[in-house]
Amino acid sequence: MHISVNVDGVTYADEVEPRLLLVHYLRERLSKTGTVVGCDTGNCGACTVHLDGHSVKSCQMLAVQANGHDVTTIEGLARDGKLHPVQEAFHSNHALQCGFCTPGMIMQAIDLLADESDPDDETVRKGLEGNLCRCTGYQNIVRAVQDAAQRMKPGAGPDQERHSDEHVTAKQPVGGE
Amino acid sequence: MTATAEPEVGKARLRKEDARLITGQTRWTDNIQLTGMLHMAVLRSPVAHARITNIDVSRATAMPGVALVLTGEDFAAEQGSLPCAWPITEDMKSPPAPAMAVDRVNFAGEAVALVIADSAYHAADALEAIDVDYEDLPVVLDLEEALRDNDLVHPDLGTNKCATWIFDSAEAGAGTNVEDEIAAADVVIERTFRQQRLIPAFMEPRSVVVDSTAGMFTVWSATQIPHILRWMLSAVTGIPEHRLRVIAPDVGGGFGGKLQVTPEELLCLLVARRMGRPVKWTETRTESMLSAHHGRDQLQKITLAARRDGTVTGLKVELLADMGAYLRLVTPGVPILGAFMFNAIYKFAAYRFECTNVFTNKVPTDAYRGAGRPEATFAIERMMDELAVELGIEPMKIREMNWIKHEEFPFTTVAGLTYDSGNYEAATARAMELFGYDELREEQARRRASGDVKQLGIGISTYTEMCGLAPSRVLGALRYGAGGWETASIRMLPTGKVEVITGTSPHGQGHETVWSQIVADRLGVPFEDVEVLHGDTATSHKGMDSYGSRSLAVGGTALVYAADKVLAKARTLAAHMMECDEADVEFASGSFSVRGTSTARTLGDVVLAAHVAHDLPEGMEPGMDADATFDPDNFSYPHGTHLCATEVDTETGMVKIVRYVAVDDVGTVVNPLIVDGQVHGGLAQGIAQALYEEATHDEMGTLTSATFADYLVPCAADLPAFLTDRTATPATSNPLGAKGVGEAGTIASTPAVVNSVLDAVRHLGVRDIEMPMSPERVWTALRGREDSGAGEVAAGGLGSIDAQGGQS
Repeated sequence: MHISVNVDGVTYADEVEPRLLLVHYLRERLSKTGTVVGCDTGNCGACTVHLDGHSVKSCQMLAVQANGHDVTTIEGLARDGKLHPVQEAFHSNHALQCGFCTPGMIMQAIDLLADESDPDDETVRKGLEGNLCRCTGYQNIVRAVQDAAQRMKPGAGPDQERHSDEHVTAKQPVGGE
Repeated sequence: MTATAEPEVGKARLRKEDARLITGQTRWTDNIQLTGMLHMAVLRSPVAHARITNIDVSRATAMPGVALVLTGEDFAAEQGSLPCAWPITEDMKSPPAPAMAVDRVNFAGEAVALVIADSAYHAADALEAIDVDYEDLPVVLDLEEALRDNDLVHPDLGTNKCATWIFDSAEAGAGTNVEDEIAAADVVIERTFRQQRLIPAFMEPRSVVVDSTAGMFTVWSATQIPHILRWMLSAVTGIPEHRLRVIAPDVGGGFGGKLQVTPEELLCLLVARRMGRPVKWTETRTESMLSAHHGRDQLQKITLAARRDGTVTGLKVELLADMGAYLRLVTPGVPILGAFMFNAIYKFAAYRFECTNVFTNKVPTDAYRGAGRPEATFAIERMMDELAVELGIEPMKIREMNWIKHEEFPFTTVAGLTYDSGNYEAATARAMELFGYDELREEQARRRASGDVKQLGIGISTYTEMCGLAPSRVLGALRYGAGGWETASIRMLPTGKVEVITGTSPHGQGHETVWSQIVADRLGVPFEDVEVLHGDTATSHKGMDSYGSRSLAVGGTALVYAADKVLAKARTLAAHMMECDEADVEFASGSFSVRGTSTARTLGDVVLAAHVAHDLPEGMEPGMDADATFDPDNFSYPHGTHLCATEVDTETGMVKIVRYVAVDDVGTVVNPLIVDGQVHGGLAQGIAQALYEEATHDEMGTLTSATFADYLVPCAADLPAFLTDRTATPATSNPLGAKGVGEAGTIASTPAVVNSVLDAVRHLGVRDIEMPMSPERVWTALRGREDSGAGEVAAGGLGSIDAQGGQS
């Protein structure tokens, strides 16, 4: 099937098998290997990306379902060499160790902060229920998300992720058919 | 070259590693794509014990994209046996461990065939077209039943008993005879505990890529042990070691679970050799649960003898340890790592440890965070609480009256180890203060008096552990197949930058940051000027890798000694350059000077002079590189006091941790940020054993917890915020004073939680609840108490039995 997907500000046109998972499309076809696969059942959240600004688990979606949509991955968060405030906060608060869950965790945290601009401890913990981390015990992740909330005021949201036209045209579409 | 403004050691440096990890630039094994690369998928046995009577691969071979389908028969001549490096006794039974089953399968999940195809999807498709006929054999699952040898996992061995390993303090001359102490005791407490089977559940699934082109075999693997893997792959396949290069790129967690030489690593290598093309295998999560090694799984019978005043006198430990179906790299040795730790921080006169390792038709067990020591700590900390209850003595008081006092260090224990340093009083005092121990006891009394639905419990764990693996001579005495030293190299580059090569192999710990801090301090170079190389046997040719909380205490020490060698040589050259006596050269903040003068040369000047080698002292080799290998003469012994308050809902059985305080003494801390992170993560895994995780099997031996929907790795909402602090008694066994922190949190926390839950409900007649203490088990225990009065309350399993016939 033919799909057209905007990923991290670049539009890709590709022929894909209908069964191809979005995460495999991102990793294998577009080399977006920042997004990873941690399980097969949608429990771990390591593969979390944004679809039109909201978090989805890309191992639970087919690439064809992303047709016509905007996908943002961990690799598309930094702007002009400047890290996203949630990325900054994860670094500053030592919210990662092995880092395997980190891309998904950051993408989910951004979505959480779009809904809750100043979340308390419990809100953060509940908001991250779908993302597993085996290294940190979550303590510093919770701190990082709350720290990011302060850095980001007045708040995150899908609008923050939209790429300006100049930004998009500055990149050459690569990969795909 | 500038001097560092303040000491790096002790500084909460943010991690160098993070830059690539938070931007998705990480180099995971599964990211690797090579030209012409093929994909391997593995078919696994759905049955736990069977004869393979036929495998039909004809349909699979004809599937689109399939290059080859192979079965055990195809590998039989070349696969050899996966290595077990720890034959714990002379007469240990050790069955052949083929990477792929040939004619029998011994656990559900064992590899029986593989497909090589042009894509991972095509390889997975073809698996479904392979037809295997199995003839079922009797399944051996239960440890005690297995010992009766009615049905055998490996009939050729004639028994399911793998080995029995004994330490006896009287025989070893380290203490008195335990049977004498038991006979003479005022009080004898006997309990049986079950250490349930756990799954390490690292977040990055295992992945292997092998490139066999150009006469070299390059193996990328998500492993903790690239150096050991290279050695073992060479030993098993006969490929000369110098033709093998192993690379552990970024590795997403291990926790002991990637301390292994896996069937899939070997199979990938054999297939790449056969095909002459690169091959990749990446497991699914369910494959990981079904085939990567599991941890724990022991039955512990503990007998503790004491005097009426609370003084402990004797400890007898009788273990059954589940090996699973095969002996993997250190499978039989894992319970032995606990053998020296059951006596813990307490001064027993007599100690006996006897462990019988048993084969079952389950996934092999092996190292999982703590490896033997969490089991030991759990047992002794549970027993100290049982003794406190029996004698009506406050549980902290009974610990205090029995533990080694700070002025008694170094202290040689009844298990024969010499604890170099520690201060249990200081850590405990700090923990009780942070916890608000007395206030919580008052709150507990109020809730008991009012019959509150939510009862409060307080659990204590005053632990120590042995880590920093390990003195090579001790490993040799324990019949382990390798040494425990570690190595480091420092390359001083002509521009003054520094490359550090370490034999440790980090997979989340932050060695790049911490090793940079150590070198920056030692050499007086900026933190940013140090680059740490690791995990590639071509650059780091020698090492014993990362596990057993060894990297800093052993590998960090090697680095200190390498830096000292650099400085020693630089001092000689600096004296030559400044035309003075070497004894008059002083070194501070990265600069050499002549005592009492303004004459100085920076380390950078000296390194450059050594590099160009125009004018060196007679006999000095050009260059300023150095390497060092350190073999410790003792383990290190972190300790601490963990306190846990839980609220138990007596109507639903739900357990909620309302306060958790961990005060750990891990010796000198290089980076407090990283140490706290290690403690947090360790706590999460230890708490998970107490409350959430268990690998379960049905009666046919099928793993019924083979996904993250069934195996309950805790999420953020399942865990509390932790309150952590430290006391610091430097280790005397290494110049850093570091003790190791990777496993401490896991070792300490499980008994703290379990003791806490039992403390909440003990006055309601509950004496034991098996782990994990799920709401169902807690609820059942509370109901059982109502239904059967004062009788046995064995919620969901064994419960506990004491020597006084159930009265406690």
